[in-house]
Amino acid sequence: MSKPILQLIDISKEYYGNRVLKKVNLTVYPGEVHAIVGENGAGKSTLMNILFGMPVIHSTGGFSGQIIFDGEPADINSPKVAMEKGIGMVHQEFMLLPGFTITENLKLNREITKHNLVSKLLGEKMKSLDMEAMRKDARKALDTLGVDIDEMLPVEGLPVGHKQFIEIAREIDKTNVRLLVFDEPTAVLTEIEADLFLKAVEKLAASGIAILFITHRLSEVMQVADNITVIRDGEVVGRLTREEATIEDMARLMVGRKIDRIEKTKKVNNGTDENILEIKNLKVDMPGEVVKNVNLNVKKGEILGIGGLAGHGKIGIANGIMGLYPASGEVIFKGEKIKLNSPNDVLSRGMAFVSEDRRGVGLLLDESIEKNIVLTAMQVQRKFLTRILGVNFALSSKIREHAKKLIKELDIRCTGPEQPVRRLSGGNQQKVCIARAVTLEPDLLFVSEPTRGIDVGAKKIVLDLLLKLNQELGMTIVITSSELAELRSICDRIAIIYDGKLEGILPPDADDTDFGLMMAGGHSDKAKEVS
Amino acid sequence: MSLLQNIKKGIRNNIVPVVFTILCLVGAIVAQASPFFLLSSVVVRLARNLLLVFSLIIPVVSGLGLNFGIVLGAMAAQIALVAVTHWNITGLGGFVVAAILSVPLSILFGWLTGKVLNKAKGNEMITSMMLGFFANGLYQLLFLFILGGVIPMVNEAIMLPSGIGIKNTVSLRGIKYALDDVIKISYGSLTIPILTFAVIALFALAIKFLLQTKLGQELRCVGQDMNIAATSGIDVDKMRIIAVIMSTVLAAWGQLIHLQNIGILQTYGSHEQVGLFAVASILIGGASVTKATIGQAVLGTFLFHLLFIISPMAGQQLVGEPQVGEYFRAFVAYGVIGVSLALHAWQKQQAQKDKLKQEI
Repeated sequence: MSKPILQLIDISKEYYGNRVLKKVNLTVYPGEVHAIVGENGAGKSTLMNILFGMPVIHSTGGFSGQIIFDGEPADINSPKVAMEKGIGMVHQEFMLLPGFTITENLKLNREITKHNLVSKLLGEKMKSLDMEAMRKDARKALDTLGVDIDEMLPVEGLPVGHKQFIEIAREIDKTNVRLLVFDEPTAVLTEIEADLFLKAVEKLAASGIAILFITHRLSEVMQVADNITVIRDGEVVGRLTREEATIEDMARLMVGRKIDRIEKTKKVNNGTDENILEIKNLKVDMPGEVVKNVNLNVKKGEILGIGGLAGHGKIGIANGIMGLYPASGEVIFKGEKIKLNSPNDVLSRGMAFVSEDRRGVGLLLDESIEKNIVLTAMQVQRKFLTRILGVNFALSSKIREHAKKLIKELDIRCTGPEQPVRRLSGGNQQKVCIARAVTLEPDLLFVSEPTRGIDVGAKKIVLDLLLKLNQELGMTIVITSSELAELRSICDRIAIIYDGKLEGILPPDADDTDFGLMMAGGHSDKAKEVS
Repeated sequence: MSLLQNIKKGIRNNIVPVVFTILCLVGAIVAQASPFFLLSSVVVRLARNLLLVFSLIIPVVSGLGLNFGIVLGAMAAQIALVAVTHWNITGLGGFVVAAILSVPLSILFGWLTGKVLNKAKGNEMITSMMLGFFANGLYQLLFLFILGGVIPMVNEAIMLPSGIGIKNTVSLRGIKYALDDVIKISYGSLTIPILTFAVIALFALAIKFLLQTKLGQELRCVGQDMNIAATSGIDVDKMRIIAVIMSTVLAAWGQLIHLQNIGILQTYGSHEQVGLFAVASILIGGASVTKATIGQAVLGTFLFHLLFIISPMAGQQLVGEPQVGEYFRAFVAYGVIGVSLALHAWQKQQAQKDKLKQEI
């Protein structure tokens, strides 16, 4: 076998004391397609950022371990160094300028220029662009990929698939490229486009370029990868070759049983058969979390979990229903159709929302705890207000009383109801968010990513709290979370969203493999094969 | 797509110029003005104002929005003009000296503006407007106190009787029509200053050329997405400063052309409306805060000044009171900006709706 192009030895990385990579080893050979699979937050992106020398790594204290590129230890401390060495990266989000043509984008800041009269006087920057030469290069790169699009078209309005190819063509056009990293390249592609893309990948590999391929789509891994590395919680948990791998194995390895599972509390009230909420053909235009067409019923009194990988639209559902992002479709709450795109309507009907964007949407950071708790109720339900001569006045004694009660009930650790929320810890801020939602006395509570960014101990408290609200007050709760383990610990049913649509609903004690398959979108494919 | 749909789409995409063309037509009918009179008035105003409007293009392309900071360029020009008048350099020579003199000043002002705007990314338009007001204070300090008060200067013709500060109005007799009169064609009341238009055309070509060079490509790239530009190794802050400097220098020269045509310097007022009128002009032409071309600048300047001439006349015809016509003018200048920004917003909304429809 030839010499490896890239070796990663014992790579470890901490973010603020939180270990995200633990002694990862990886070897890639020229011409090899190497897939890295893992859940969100498993550490794949961090690994690639290290490899590409992204500033975020170095501004957070660097990493430990060694990178050996082409047989020599490499100190990659900036993307520029990585590019010079011949590492190319195709980013998950497009780095394309919509107003530029394909050619211009391909040659961004690497334009071919020629002299003109002015440039001889005023220097390099005044050189004209040699559009003809740029065009030829662009054509060549696109041909290498086997894409048949006019290289002079503007990027704006092109289908996402084409955009992806342009990104790749740009990397290929850099003549020295030896290792290409694809960060979830097919996430936005349709099946036909993905096929085309995979063919292009094989073609590239055949020309001797090594390819690192990060993806969730396990079937694609099976199709193109020579070797597969599975990462979970920052550790390599499996190395497979294509021959020995099966989709089921990968799914199981990917999800795995997490050790710190929250003990399931005995539940008494598991919901009735009555639907409290019916979602029909919901579409939400939330950037990065587009909901394409979701049909889902929520039963009265249950805790429904909504899971799925990042970017597939699970977060968009609650945001869409609550009117925070443009939505269309039909949502029926307690038998009545709600007005979409109107937060006020939704709130006044008895739904409440704890946003995933705690610091942005959820809280007024510089206001006191008590103000944050009562704000929505004052606004929507006119609680804590008294009307004197047509002007609303806040009843501060009532507000104080209520805030104190909730602070005690939810165990919010603070110096008092007047403390600004900004100074609370993440977990306590989350409790304030929940307290505000509870103040509305909703029949249905949406909670998005309730444990994001808070420590393990606080996680359990927050989840217990939700459970208590459900069990004691009979509140129906819909939790959206990226952490499957947490959904499985308290939910009655778990809906998995894939590609903006409902992939399936599983009981919390379903098999790891099933969860893994559904999250990777492989479930319906398999179902199709069987039928 | 049917013809009707095409027309509808065409109108929708150019809603701003279309609306204002209709306004102009209606106004012209109401005002009962002779077309020849309108034409000759507009030609004079085009020569006066085009370069000022052009100075807005580069910042728009570079993503800085509409640069109200061209007021600073105008100030640079006026400082140069006062100097030239003081030294009594007249004719085309005086104009050229003023043009040269205004360059270092406007580069300095542009650089400072650029520095500030780099600190206020995303709020460039309001920041540049406020900078204009702030600079106005310093400008007044210079002309009311420093000249004669700190820097010794004696010139009875242009200074206040006390010997400190510059008069409210300074006659620019020395350089009046310095550029316009070199080559011109006259026909009745219609005068076409050929050389002035040639100079303006030259600048239009220069801007076009610039945007096709490597530098222009980088400016456009920064204008579209600062993040992507930075990732591909372009020095974003530097590009933005370059754009503002070029804009300020062009504005200074534009103001020189403007004032040599008018022949009188309102020391404390000539520059104030410069940003507002130029912005209104380019907006009427269909430019937006993210897109502007030479063609839009020319069309917009034409429509704006036509409306500007027509509206007081129309006001007088309708109400029979010339004073009301003056109100009409102010109303038009500010109203134009409001209406065209609103129309652009509507256009954007429509486009977004179309996009959503397509996706679903």
